[in-house]
Formats: sequence, C-alpha cells, structure tokens
Amino acid sequence: MSAVVELPRRVPAPVLDEGQFHELRRFADALSPEQLLWASGYLAGLQGAGVAAPAAEPVAEAVRIVVLYGSQTGTGAALAERVAERARTLGFEAETLDMLRYRRARLREDRNLLLIVSTHGDGDPPDSAQELHALVTGAKAPKLADTHFAVLALGDASYPRFCQAGKDFDEALAAAGGTRLVERVDCDLDYEEAAGQWTERVLGKLNEQRPDTPRVAAVPGAAARPAWTRHKPFAAPLLERLPLTAEGSSREVWHLELDLAGSEIEFASGDSLSIVPSNPPELVEALVERLSLDGDAAVATPQGERTLAEALASRYEITRLTRPFVERYAAAAESDQLRGLAVDAEGLAKWMDGRDVLDVVAEHPVQGLSAQDFADMLRVLPARRYSIASSPLAYPDEAHLTVAPVRWASRGRDRFGVASTQLIERLTEGDGVPVFLEGHAAFRLPEDPERPIIMIGAGTGVAPYRAFLQEREVLGAPGRNWLFFGDRNFRTDFLYQREWLQWRDDGLLTQLDVAFSRDQQDKVYVQDRLRERAADLYAWLEEGAALYVCGAERMGHDVHQALIGVVGAAGGLPADKAEAYVEDLKHTGRYHRDVY
Amino acid sequence: MSTDKPLSDVERIKTASRGLRGSLIESLNLRHTGAVHADDTQVIKFHGIYQQDDRDVRAERQRRKLEPQYQFMARLRLPGGVLDATQWLALSQLARAYGDGSLRITSRQSIQFHGLFKENLKPALQDLDRVLLDTISACGDINRNVIACANPNRSLLHGEVYGWAQRIAAHLMPRSRAYHEIWLDGEPVVQPEDEPLYGKTYLPRKFKIALAIPPSNDVDVFAHDLGFVAIEEEGRLAGFNVTVGGGMGRSHTNLATYPRVADVIGFCTPEQVLAVTEAVVTAQRDNGDRSDRAQARLKYTIDRMGLDVFVAEVERRSGFDLAPTRPARFDTSGDEFGWVDHADGTASLALYVPGGRVVDGQPEYLPLSGLDELVRAHGGELRLTCNQNLVLAGVSSAARPQVEAVLERFELDLAPRRTPLETGAMACVAFPTCPLAMAESERYLPALLQSLNALLAEFDLERENLSLRVTGCPNGCARPYLAEIGLVGRAPGLYDLHLGSDRAGARLNTRVRESLDEAGLLDTLRPLFARFAQERADGEGFGDFLHRLDLLGATSTSEQGVIA
Ligand code: SRM
Ligand SMILES: Cc1cc2nc3c(=O)[nH]c(=O)nc-3n(C[C@H](O)[C@H](O)[C@H](O)COP(=O)(O)OP(=O)(O)OC[C@H]3O[C@@H](n4cnc5c(N)ncnc54)[C@H](O)[C@@H]3O)c2cc1C
Ligand SMILES: Cc1cc2nc3c(=O)[nH]c(=O)nc-3n(C[C@H](O)[C@H](O)[C@H](O)COP(=O)(O)O)c2cc1C
Ligand code: SF4
Repeated sequence: MSAVVELPRRVPAPVLDEGQFHELRRFADALSPEQLLWASGYLAGLQGAGVAAPAAEPVAEAVRIVVLYGSQTGTGAALAERVAERARTLGFEAETLDMLRYRRARLREDRNLLLIVSTHGDGDPPDSAQELHALVTGAKAPKLADTHFAVLALGDASYPRFCQAGKDFDEALAAAGGTRLVERVDCDLDYEEAAGQWTERVLGKLNEQRPDTPRVAAVPGAAARPAWTRHKPFAAPLLERLPLTAEGSSREVWHLELDLAGSEIEFASGDSLSIVPSNPPELVEALVERLSLDGDAAVATPQGERTLAEALASRYEITRLTRPFVERYAAAAESDQLRGLAVDAEGLAKWMDGRDVLDVVAEHPVQGLSAQDFADMLRVLPARRYSIASSPLAYPDEAHLTVAPVRWASRGRDRFGVASTQLIERLTEGDGVPVFLEGHAAFRLPEDPERPIIMIGAGTGVAPYRAFLQEREVLGAPGRNWLFFGDRNFRTDFLYQREWLQWRDDGLLTQLDVAFSRDQQDKVYVQDRLRERAADLYAWLEEGAALYVCGAERMGHDVHQALIGVVGAAGGLPADKAEAYVEDLKHTGRYHRDVY
Repeated sequence: MSTDKPLSDVERIKTASRGLRGSLIESLNLRHTGAVHADDTQVIKFHGIYQQDDRDVRAERQRRKLEPQYQFMARLRLPGGVLDATQWLALSQLARAYGDGSLRITSRQSIQFHGLFKENLKPALQDLDRVLLDTISACGDINRNVIACANPNRSLLHGEVYGWAQRIAAHLMPRSRAYHEIWLDGEPVVQPEDEPLYGKTYLPRKFKIALAIPPSNDVDVFAHDLGFVAIEEEGRLAGFNVTVGGGMGRSHTNLATYPRVADVIGFCTPEQVLAVTEAVVTAQRDNGDRSDRAQARLKYTIDRMGLDVFVAEVERRSGFDLAPTRPARFDTSGDEFGWVDHADGTASLALYVPGGRVVDGQPEYLPLSGLDELVRAHGGELRLTCNQNLVLAGVSSAARPQVEAVLERFELDLAPRRTPLETGAMACVAFPTCPLAMAESERYLPALLQSLNALLAEFDLERENLSLRVTGCPNGCARPYLAEIGLVGRAPGLYDLHLGSDRAGARLNTRVRESLDEAGLLDTLRPLFARFAQERADGEGFGDFLHRLDLLGATSTSEQGVIA
C-alpha cells in the first residue's frame, strides 16, 4: 500500500541543485514505504526545527510524538500508522515504532508516548510487546517523571481479561511517574470509532501544549488509507471451494480460493485476510421471534438505518456474548443473576461459554424491549481473520484460505460459527466474499532468503506455511525449511499433504515431521515431535533459524513450553536460561506466533 | 540370457537390495506418507506384500490434496494350502485387527489380507509368526507358493503329494533373513546372505509351481511355469509327469504377450523332483529375459529357445534324462462340493466360497464369524482350493454333528442352493485394491451370475456345469483363458469375451468379442446357448461343443477367431 504521490521528475531549481536533487532521489528510492513516511516526517520536522528553514521564519520546535504499538495480528500496527499520519497532518513530528524494537534508553528520552497495544492469549500482551511489558511492569521500571503518555487498548470484550495488556501498560506508566494525556480507551473488536475519538482527543491535548499555533500539514496525504475496510469490504468472488479432510474424518477443513483481481489489496505471505460475515438467517429469525419484535422495524445503526432483521444479520454480533452486552441486558432485564455475573469476570466467562444472545434473551425475557434498545446493547459484528494460505507471488490476485467451520451443539441447539460456516455453507462458488486487509501481521518470512525457517502448525494453523513455501519456491530462496504439522488422523486430516510431499521431493521442504494425535493409543502432538527432534531443532536455531507457530491457542502454549524444554535439553541450559533463550528469539523477531 | 538391452529397473533394485532389505526399515518409519519408498515397493513384494491404494477413493483424495489411501495386501506363504484351526482363527483375528476384516482365498490356494496400513504390517506379521505362518516370497521374482491338489476324493495321494509341495517350497526358499530382520525384529546381519540357488538378482520374473493329482486338475497345472502331474500306480505315487511353460498373463496392447498352456516334457520319479525343479528354475534364472519384464516369464524363454533346447538344458542341469510321459487324464479343473466319507471313518466337506471372500456383514459373501464357528467345531485340518474354496478335511464323526449345526446356523453350505455356474465361477480381486484392474471383477461377479443364470434358464441350462471366470484385466489371475466362458476386463463395464476351453483346463479359449458391455455379452451368448441346448452331444461341455461345431473358428489360440 505505497503512497501514490506524484513526484517531481525534474530538478526543482532553484530550490535544489542537480547534485542535491539526485542525492535526495537516490536516498528516497532506497526506502521502504514505512521508512519514506518516517523520513518525510523527519524532514518536515527539520524544517520545523529551523535547520533548513529560511532564517526569516520564526523558530519553533516541532512536538515529537512516538506512536508505540504492540500488535500481534496487525490491527494495532495499522492503527498506529494512521494515528501518526493524522499527527503529521497536524504538524507533529510523529514516529511509529514496534514495541519489539523499542529500547530501554529511549523511554527516558521520548516525551510524548502514544501506546497502542492489543491483548492476546489469556490477557497477555502480544509477543512483540512482552519485553517492554516486563520492563515497565517490573521492578527495574525506569522513572518517567517527564513523560506524557496515552494508551489505546485493543481487545475483545468476549474475553474475560478484556484489554488486559493495555491496562497493564497504562497503570505501569502512571506508576512510573508518567502523566496521562487522556484516559485510556479500551476498544472492543469494533474499535474504529473509539480509536478515532481517542486519536483526536490525544492530539488535541498535545496541540494545546504546543507553544505556537498549529501549522498546516507539511506532507499532504502521505499514506494512502486502505481502500477496503470493514464498512466497505471488497467483494472477492469465491473461485473454488473444496474439502481438505477425507470422508470419515472427525474434522472438517476446507480450502477456499478467492479472487482479489481489481481490489489492489496487497498482502504479503503470512498476512491474514479479514472476512465481514453475516449471521445465519435462521438464528436471526429465531432471535427476532423470541424478542417478539418485528423484523422489519427500523433501527438506527452506526452505518445508518436498517431493518432489525438486516441489522441483526449483518451489523451486530449475536453468536458470541460480551460483558458489555450482558451488563446492558442485565439492566433492561432487571435480573440480579445477570447483574451478579457482570461483575464476576471468571464466573461470567464460564457462563458465557456455550451461550449466545438468543440464550440470554430466552432465559431472561424482557417485556416491551424496543428494537432500537436491543440493537444498542449489541456490539458491532467484528470481522474474522483467516490466514492467507497462498503467496501473492505464486497466485497473484488470489487469496487462498483454509477454513474449519465452527459447529457445536449446546443447550439443545446446533450452533454455527458466523464467518466460518458462512464461508462453507452459505456462500457458493461465484458469490462475492466481503473481505479487506486489516493490517500486516508480524508473521513474516525472514528478509534473508537464506535464513532457515521452522514452521510449527496444527490444523488450519498450517495455512500460512503453504504461502511461505510457495513464496520461497517462486523466489528460489535457498534457506532450508522445516515443517512440523499436527492434526488428529493421518489418513483423513493431513491438510495439503500432497503439496508438502511434492515440496519434500523437490527438496524445498527440507524436513517434515508430523504428529497425529488420534492414530495411536497415546496422544501425540507436534510438541512431542519437537522434543524428539530436539538436537536438530536446536542446531537450526543456533544457525539463526526463524521460528513460526500457528494454530490453536492451546497448541501455541504447549509448543512454547516444549521449545523451552528443547533448548534446555539440547543446549544444556538450565530452565531459566532456556526460557530466556526462547524469549530472546521473540525479542529479536525470530519467533513469530499467530495463535487463535 | 545375454542381451544388449539394458536391464529392467527391477533388476537394479534387486541388486541393490542387500538381500531383499532395501530401505524397508526406513520406509516403515516414514510418518508423512502411508507409502514406502518407490524402490521398496519392489523389495517388499519378496516379503509377500504389495503396496496398493483404495481405488474407490483415489480421485476424491487427489482432489482433496491428500495422497492416495495407501494400504498393503499381504499374501500367505502356504504350500499346498493347508491350515489348522488355530491358524485360521489367528488369521481371522488378524484381518479384523489390522486389515479390512476379510480373508480372501486366492486362486492359488492361499489367503490374502487387504487394507493393511503400513503401521499395521509389522504387528500383523508378528501375529502370523506366532502361529507359525509367514508371507515370505508369496510375491516377487522368485518361486511363489507351491500349490497342490486339494480335492478330498484324492486323499490317498494327497498326503504324499502335499509332502512334495512342502519339500519343493522349502528347497526354493530364499536364504535371506531379511524377513526376520525387518518384521520380526531379528538381529541384523553384517553381511547379506549368499543365495546359492538364486543369486543376487533372484529370478527374472515370478515363478509358479503346481502339483496335480489326476483326474482333478483343480490346480490348473497347465497355467504354471512348472507342473508335476502325480502318476498313481497300484495305489502308490509312482512319480510325476513334468510340465513346463504355462502362463496366463498377457496385455491388451503388447501383442508379443500371450497366454500359453504348459508342455508335458516327460516323467520323473519322486526322488528326482527336487533335481528337476532346480534345473528348470536355474535354466529360467540364466535364460529368462531380464530387460523386458513383459517377456520374462518361462513361457517366453521356452518359446525363444525352443522347447527341445530348453528340455535338453534342463536334463543337462539335472544330470539325467526325463522318462517318457506316462498316461494321465484330467476331467475337470473345478471343485466338487459336499461331504466325502473316507475309509478311516472321517469325512471331508468342500464348501463353496463365493468370490473367495469371507467377511461379515456383506450378504454376497460367507460370514467370517460363521466360518470361525465352523472351524472351531471342526478343530482339524483346512484346505484351501485353487478355485478359491475351502475344504474341511478329516472331520471326525464326533465333531460332525457340531459342524453340521454350525453350517445350518450360519447358512454356510451354499453349494446345494446355487447353480453349478455359480459354484464353479471364479473372479479375480480387481477393484478396489488391485492397481492393475481395468474393470470390476470380484464385485461384479454376483450381478453377472444373476444375469447368466437367467439367460441359461431361458434354455433350461441352469443346472449345466459351465466354467465361468472373470478378471479385471488381461493378467489373468483367475485363469480366464482356461474357462469355457472367460471375461477379461478392458474398461469399466467392458469386457472381452473368450469362449471354448475344455472343462479340464487343457485348452486355451478364444477371444470372440472385444469390449462388450453386459447386454452385448448376453446377446452374444444367447444364440450360442440356444444351439448348445439343442445340438449338444450327450455329456458334451459347452467349450467342446463350440469347437465341434467350429463356432469359434476351431482354434486353440486366443489370437484368432471371431464369431461372425
Ligand atoms: C489374488 C489373486 C487373484 C485371485 O482372485 O485369487 C491375484 C491377484 C493379483 N495378481 Fe495375479 N493373482 C492371483 C493369481 C494369479 C494367476 C493364477 C495362477 O497363478 O494360477 C495368474 C495367471 C498365471 C500366470 O502367472 O501367468 C496371475 C497373473 C498375474 C499377473 C500376470 C503375470 C504375467 O506373466 O503376465 C500379474 C501382473 C504382473 O505380474 O505383472 C498379477 C498381479 C497380481 C496383483 C498382485 C496385482 C499387482 O501386481 O499389483 C493382484 C493383487 C490383487 C489384489 O488386490 O489382491 N497376477 N495371478 C491370485 C493370488 C494367487 C496366490 O495366492 O498367489
Ligand atoms: C490471526 C488469525 C488467523 C486465523 N486463521 C484462521 C484460519 O486460517 N482458518 C480458520 O479456520 N480460522 C482462523 N482463525 C480463526 C477465525 O478467525 C475465526 O475465529 C473462526 O473461524 C471462528 O469464527 P466464526 O465466526 O465462524 O465463529 P464465531 O461465530 O465467532 O463463534 C466462535 C465462538 O464460538 C464458540 N465456540 C466454538 N466452539 C465451541 C464449542 N465446541 N463449545 C462452546 N463454544 C464454542 C467460542 O466462544 C468461539 O469464540 C484465525 C484467527 C486469527 C486471529
Ligand atoms: C488468540 C487470541 C486471544 C485473545 N485474547 C484476548 C484477551 O484475552 N483479551 C482481550 O481483550 N482480547 C483478546 N483478543 C482480541 C485481540 O486483542 C483483538 O483481536 C485485537 O484487535 C488484536 O489486535 P492486533 O491485531 O493489533 O494484535 C485475543 C485475540 C486472539 C486472536
Ligand atoms: S487379473 Fe488383473 S485385475 Fe484381476 S487381480 Fe489380476 S492383475 Fe488385478
């Protein structure tokens, strides 16, 4: 998504002479879009600082802002970019920085820190933010008396530890003596509006502190905003859909091919594509009926007026419960039980598990609830992410997905995951799938094509590795590739088996280790294979291999523990050193996780 | 044989196999595939095991980006086809635990397991070992199972002839301990064993030996590379007529391939049997074509060398001349069903096993659990026949009521209720396991029999003894070229029709039509049955009748003659 800015081709005499101009062109050409953006801000800042400015202008120091992000799946990273861009248009000198690369020393230097941080795992900070998180929350946290900061927390209100990482950072920085520019904002999955407001408030506050009047933007429209968003997704025709698991499998996983031609969606291998889903019509119908409301009743939604049925189908989340909903509904229902739950995080999480909005409505009917009141309780239906299983180099204009439909039965009713079953059951080939790219993931192939990679995945977690290998195949990347794959049964669930075997025969896939948990008496998982291959694995790591883990959260956790064990056993390190070794892989950007 | 042509790839694999070991141990440990290494698919055959895949799901698995459903077929080494009750029960247990739950009695009186996954091979073979059974050289370029007449009527000579089958089999066993090493966790050898008889590259192709006891030709001795026809004189085994150069395999496209009935080349005494065997085997070892596997069987070696030259070579190698052939007469290659009482007070029962398959829950087949009960009631010897049937041998008078009760309870004795066409019919395995199948065979047989029964009934011929054999491809595993009616698969639903063998299996039939569907098949047979019903001589078989009236162009090779 590089900026489409018309650059002067000729020497802009008399401003620059030919030598200067070419020097600048050469320098600029070598920069990545992100670097360019930064450099432009930097140059603008220089001008503000008066270095390159005509002597006649009043000398004013530009206010420097650092937008620091901790992001796992790219939402926060993309948001940080937008915040910085907005700041620059307001004349600030703004820099975005991944927490992963943020050094302790800078904490004392940077005066204005805007933190955007998501929460993962069970209330954990993203991998890339863990080191900084440990630093600021730990005993050796630096004193930050001169620091102004603000925190935007990203999260998902259906998790018990909602926006926990953001809360941690917020409290830690305040405890270290920092001054809040504005109160922290905790964003649910529908973060856009809240994030926009936070941005304006923070920048407004910083503006107040500026000695002179705000200047007009130095760099007009530097970064193009993504063309497609949750509210305006691209309709990608479904080219093909086929099952990957064999008949008789206890699992069900599908391969989908989407046509992105014309969308100008530019993704990299390792990215995930966001799908804007709509709820199953039967569920919407049942809910409307249970509410004794008219599906045709008009309700105002953030995107304008809709009928209630339409709004419930495509605007609001009804398959997952969140605390805010329970709180609001509890008030309307005047239910002590619900009220009690809303303040008991653990109890609420347990209670919400296996329940959806229809359950709540059925268990606690409210008389006379209006369509609008009800709609206002719901959270906006967030997009779902799916790892892209193809490389844009191998399949330009396409995105392949590996989707496991989520189905389960609970409380006497069959339940259907919104997005996953829509992709598998409710869309047919040729239909447009509403998609957009929510930001780039940290989950990336190493820049060095010679660097070995170790890919660990279970189930649909194998999807991005298909993209990785396609990419390395197209590029002729000489780096060695090792795949650990796990699923239930070898004969039915070995996703993309023929492709891995082909790559293995071709020599692209150097090592292939598989674990099928249900093929034998004792369960065997990828982490068991990691332990079996400890010596070789450690040798690869010592040679600089990058490590990837993708798939279910539980697996991510177990693999992480196993890795520490592997390093301890093969490297002859005591437990704490082994753990530090693995943490260090994270901090040096060689250990990437995409767990969900 | 010296030739300028390069050796076939299988020769390289055999040479490199270190005494039939190949890289099998590594192959078995590959977790990411259900297959073994490509070269090992050849090596593993010498251990009696074929790599296959379930062809019913092949295309769908390919679509789903999965490898084929690799699985293995294992065939018992079972010279003479004799088992005891304990062994049977172990086999049935094994089929349930590791295979597809079926036992398949083969056209060479052995048993095959289908659907064994790679990880189950070792436990399965270890279970076999516990009941003193193995699968060594049941496949591969080596002497295969030695088969012998199973007909209980011939029980006087049966014991003796069976003994010779055992001795020949033992004599031609490979020396390699690879089987023990790989499957039974035997100590690995440092230096691969010498194979004094075979050498490093074993034989150019499979080699099959049969022992017949006239007048029963249930073994189809003329379909074998080497055959011994027992000659009974004064109630004793005088010796054997020797036959060489039989074989069925051909291909639809390679016109240099053909089925061939064996030549009778003389007579030998029992003491000479091993010497003759070794001479024939080594003559083939040294003269067989090792470049072109389609020309490697003994039948081609003989036709290339000339029969006289070959026989002279055999006599040179054995160190003696064969005696003149003694008179022997065969009347049938089929089985006779029902009870036979023996002089010693015991009795034998020959049971018709449809399709050779024994499996539970499929009404067209005999139930495995029923046969298990039967075997328990009998407790004694079992013999498998070369028509894919089963004999309970030497049933004691004490056990007989029990046996009869089980027969009744599970409805196991089908022969009396089926037409002779049905009980005499044979089909090869074909789909879904056989990689070479072009058309259905075993699975098609029940429907085909129904249609043919109906057709025969139109002419009151349904009690007629007609031999019908079906194969899914021209390799001829059910010996279709020695049937009065032979169907040879070409494509799904399409078969070549061969007609006109004699009932004793001494004359090849003739291909009369190609690529017939069932309607075409019935239309072709209808007028022939009509004439047969009216014009046959007394006791004349269908094949002989067609020849007498010259309806096939009176020929004994399948290359000519098409009914107008
Ligand atoms: C099971 C059996 C048929 C049956 O329904 O009973 C059988 C089944 C197969 N035969 Fe056969 N043959 C069987 C008796 C025969 C016979 C009959 C006989 O020997 O009396 C013949 C014809 C005689 C002959 O050898 O000429 C026979 C000629 C072949 C051939 C053709 C050989 C040739 O010279 O051209 C092949 C293919 C090959 O070897 O290349 C073959 C190959 C095969 C294979 C192993 C396919 C393969 O090579 O991958 C079949 C396995 C199918 C499956 O899924 O089980 N089978 N095969 C018989 C096993 C006998 C045993 O216990 O050892
Ligand atoms: C970065 C990233 C990459 C991803 N990549 C992939 C991918 O490649 N392939 C893929 O299939 N998915 C992937 N996912 C997961 C995907 O985004 C969705 O979360 C998933 O498909 C479910 O969404 P849904 O809309 O179908 O289900 P929803 O309607 O969101 O329902 C899911 C909810 O149902 C509940 N639930 C599910 N099962 C049960 C049960 N048995 N009992 C009780 N409650 C249950 C849980 O509360 C769960 O939160 C990825 C997620 C992330 C974050
Ligand atoms: C596996 C997983 C676990 C999560 N756990 C939490 C959690 O415990 N609390 C929370 O508030 N949000 C949780 N979230 C939601 C994310 O914080 C949210 O999707 C956020 O927008 C991601 O931002 P990012 O892309 O910048 O990482 C989780 C998301 C995933 C995929
Ligand atoms: S005849 Fe052909 S199809 Fe039938 S089992 Fe033999 S090789 Fe297979």
